[in-house]
Amino acid sequence: MQILGIDVLSFLVFAPALGGILVLLLPQNKALARWLTLAIATVIAGVSAAVFFAYQTSTPGYQFVLETEWFDLLGASWHIGIDGVSASMLLLTGILTPLAVLISFEVEERVNAHMALILFFQTGLFGVFVALDLMIFFLFYELTLVPMYFIINQWGGPNRKYASTKFFIYSMGGTLGMLLATQLIGFTAGTFDIVTLTSDPAAWVMLDRPDGLFLGVSVATVKALAFIGFFVAFCIKVPVWPFHTWLPDAHSEAPTAGSMLLAGVMLKLGAYGFLRLVIPLFPDVWIGEFNILGITGSVAGLFAFLAMLGIVLGAFAAFGQTDIKRLVAYSSVNHMGFVAIGLAVTAVVYAENYFNGTSQHAQDAILATNGAVLQMFNHGLSSAAMFLLAGAIYHKTHTRDMTQYGGLWVRAPIYGGIFIFASMASLGLPGLNGFVSEFLIVRGAYPVFTGLIVISMLGLLFTGGYILKGIRGVLHGPFNLQWRDTNLEIDLREFVAIAPLVVLMLITGIVPNWVLSVINASVTGMLSTGG
Amino acid sequence: MEAIGFPVLSLIIFIPIVAAVIILFLPREGTDLIRGVAITAAAAMFALSLFVYLNYNASVADIAAAQSSLLAQAGRDSEIVDLNLRVGAESSTVLVGQEMTATQMFHDGLAFEERVEWLPQLGISYHVGVDGMNAPMVLLTGMVAVAGVLVSWKVSDRTREFMAFFLLLVAGVYGVFLAIDMFLLFFFYELAIFPMYLLIATWGWVPLREYAAMKLTLYILIGSVVALVGVIAMVIVANQFFLGTGAGIFQTAQTAGILPESATEFSFSMTHLTLAAENGAFDVSGYAGVDGLTFGRLWFPFIFIGFAVLAGLFPFHNWSPDGHVAAPTAVSMIHAGVLMKLGAYAALRAGVQLLPDGAQVHLPWIVFLTLMNVVYGAFIAFRQRDFKYLIGFSSVSHMGLVAMGISTMNLTGMTGAGLQMFSHGAMTALFFGCVGMVYDRAHTRDIPSLGGFMKVMPWVGVAFIIGGLTSMGMPGFSGFIAEFPIFQGMWRASEQIALDIGPLHLTNYYAVIVIISALAIIITAAYVLRVTGQVFFGEFDRAKFPDVGDITVRERFVLLFLGTPLVLLGMAPFIMAPMLESGMRPVLALLGGM
Repeated sequence: MQILGIDVLSFLVFAPALGGILVLLLPQNKALARWLTLAIATVIAGVSAAVFFAYQTSTPGYQFVLETEWFDLLGASWHIGIDGVSASMLLLTGILTPLAVLISFEVEERVNAHMALILFFQTGLFGVFVALDLMIFFLFYELTLVPMYFIINQWGGPNRKYASTKFFIYSMGGTLGMLLATQLIGFTAGTFDIVTLTSDPAAWVMLDRPDGLFLGVSVATVKALAFIGFFVAFCIKVPVWPFHTWLPDAHSEAPTAGSMLLAGVMLKLGAYGFLRLVIPLFPDVWIGEFNILGITGSVAGLFAFLAMLGIVLGAFAAFGQTDIKRLVAYSSVNHMGFVAIGLAVTAVVYAENYFNGTSQHAQDAILATNGAVLQMFNHGLSSAAMFLLAGAIYHKTHTRDMTQYGGLWVRAPIYGGIFIFASMASLGLPGLNGFVSEFLIVRGAYPVFTGLIVISMLGLLFTGGYILKGIRGVLHGPFNLQWRDTNLEIDLREFVAIAPLVVLMLITGIVPNWVLSVINASVTGMLSTGG
Repeated sequence: MEAIGFPVLSLIIFIPIVAAVIILFLPREGTDLIRGVAITAAAAMFALSLFVYLNYNASVADIAAAQSSLLAQAGRDSEIVDLNLRVGAESSTVLVGQEMTATQMFHDGLAFEERVEWLPQLGISYHVGVDGMNAPMVLLTGMVAVAGVLVSWKVSDRTREFMAFFLLLVAGVYGVFLAIDMFLLFFFYELAIFPMYLLIATWGWVPLREYAAMKLTLYILIGSVVALVGVIAMVIVANQFFLGTGAGIFQTAQTAGILPESATEFSFSMTHLTLAAENGAFDVSGYAGVDGLTFGRLWFPFIFIGFAVLAGLFPFHNWSPDGHVAAPTAVSMIHAGVLMKLGAYAALRAGVQLLPDGAQVHLPWIVFLTLMNVVYGAFIAFRQRDFKYLIGFSSVSHMGLVAMGISTMNLTGMTGAGLQMFSHGAMTALFFGCVGMVYDRAHTRDIPSLGGFMKVMPWVGVAFIIGGLTSMGMPGFSGFIAEFPIFQGMWRASEQIALDIGPLHLTNYYAVIVIISALAIIITAAYVLRVTGQVFFGEFDRAKFPDVGDITVRERFVLLFLGTPLVLLGMAPFIMAPMLESGMRPVLALLGGM
């Protein structure tokens, strides 16, 4: 498929950036910049939807593949393509961006720059999701930091300098290990091609070395170090407990559009990285044993344990917040914990398949992985909706302190209705999207990590707790007379922005197959044995 | 490559000289005319440089193919990455009269060659040419020259002399990059230092200029004199070699057309010296009567470090921050942007290419100096309060990466070093341009007292951010494209290079160096973010900076001109990397590996 003579994925990657440059160079006219950006983002959303629906679920493997010369010296090429997982992520990015643009109509200062940064950010996200070359992946993965840093740093809340710097240094420091590991892989394998590397991870592990040494260190150690490099980088992004501490600050200080994209898509880069790189590249490490202070276990088990802590402690932390954006931010830690625990199952089964050719949990893993990817998609919708709602109320009251709210349902019935709807989706109410994915994860992970899942389910009680606390704090209770003269009802613009999310949450809850079938095609291909 | 109808390289070198002379004859008051001549000359140089670059780039694929087939003919697999260490081997007996693969590669890679006998009795000729190694440098010089003239548009104090000296400086720089004759290289090298001294001492920042100009000149002069002595000794050794054991290969090379008909055994030509190096003329044991000592092993540190002084190699970097701070904006730009690359380039040509055996002995310890550059430079930059000192020390840090890339002695790392030279050149010129524009209007460079300049000078802010992202190695910008292969080359070198210091046998220490220098990325990110936040964001104080306004169209053009290549190269490394690769391959063939 081609658009304007270039292939559609390259178009998706570069069109937003070119649009951003165009917006940046336009005269400082707020209306022009806003509407033009919205138009660009909408067109791109259309293209990403077209790609999603053009994806052939019947043909396994990567589609829309393009491979041309890029950096021959290192063996890196401009190799892009998508499978079902990336297709759903492309769609998510495509949908959320115009909505974020619509929400940032409320930005009054340096509109052109703000709009351009959103588009630049989109380029980075698309780039990661289509990359089939490790260097291209790393390039865009790192590049996403820059626009988000400036969005938080320039248009954020009162504590934005601290939050943005923490976000940037934390993420960049985290990817340092990944950079070194990427170089190591490129050096030992002579290629950065993800397809080649993942189809045969033995190619770069140097098992054929006569003395079993690499740079004077045993090959196993080198591999473990490379694993840690990737693991930490992606754990920070997901975020997996205890690497999550940058997130509440960044999310709560970012402007609404920033929070939406940050929680909606950027966190998925980490989970996507696990699925695309860490699981296929390090099968032996995942099922390898570790020994910390006498406690032993498998690495995948450790990952699942951290994920469980993320679910439980994230819910606890969210429960303790009075700042509405921090509450939503901690809920991301909670929800992404489910993604992580699903991925832990994927890792175990992928490794068992790799070494034994079969796994007794293959079917469970397919369920869990489908659930994890669907949860990525769903969390993208619901966290974006929650941040949008939190932003909407903040924009009118200029406070994020929930103790200042209360009884708003009377004054803002439509807002209240949507708020409850989105909260319930986030809670996992059957019939809405969150239920489907969490059910799949729990069902798939239960046979593998029974104990951890049981504890997580108890943690789910607190999820209910903080969601209800949020609803009560905002909508019920005595009305704060301070807002007597403030119009608290949702704006038409905000309503238009959230409507697609509400619709998608409902559709995905009732007929999840429209997106699940695409995801499932690739997940089954990855995990089915005998392949 | 077929010849072009006119001597394009000589034009590039002589246009600035002629323009400088014309400017000196113009009336003092006619500043517009002076500027017009200067910008015309700079634009012409840039256009010719771009022509040369593009023209050469078009033939890179053919050159690379020819190189591979040459290597294959010589029975050397171009895919082999192991350094075939010649250290300790009886190389002189094995190689004499046998090898000319590398010399042939070097010779075939040259394009736009011009060769005129200058002092045939002394073996000196006017010989210029481009290959994959210097073509990017030529383009860089053209860019910085145009930007420099535009930035100095408003120099009102003795405009005539300023422009004339500036153009002379550019001529010297071009000469060094284009010279294929070692004597010519030194000639232009010294020619560049003299206007440099005057530009800093006369138009520089008053409190520091005389001290800094003196310091800079002395450092560079001493370094280059040491290197000159080494090169003259080298020519003499090569002469003896060709008169003795190497007579056969000299004949063969002349017949094959690698050496000109008129060539004598005594010559400063790089092709000539490369041939001698390839056949082990500098590897004969027993040099100066000491058993086990060769010419290469004795002289390599002097020649390499003598030139690397100008590249800011630790601990000889001390002149550079002072020099950068004291110089007027345009001179800082050309100084950090191009002149420092001159040192690295000459060290690579005269040091590594001509004394490969010495390189293999000495670069394994010199790499520690480069580590100091990278990490220590970044730390010192972090501590600076003065805007220009900050950029000055960041240059020290980044030039350390160039030397580090050279120390890897493999194709990946050395190509990375070449990319870093170009990337850092454009980036640092952009930085100094930004600093100059801020300083011209704010009259202070004290970072904490500046603030909010994004509001009044958005172009400068954006340009500085682009430069900053490049300098921290952010993917998508040229710094990443350069640093990645350097680091990757270090990994590769780590398996091949060992170092013996007394009883200590170090192996795999390149890997440790990579990991430590990766930390410099974080330090760089921290100081770039800090300075961006303090200078460009925050509240702008109108009372404190009454004169500050937006920059002119001319200045915008400068920023755009220097910033575009950073993004372009960052997104499309294939526009430069293959060319540098082809340029580095002969050097690698000399080092014994590919």
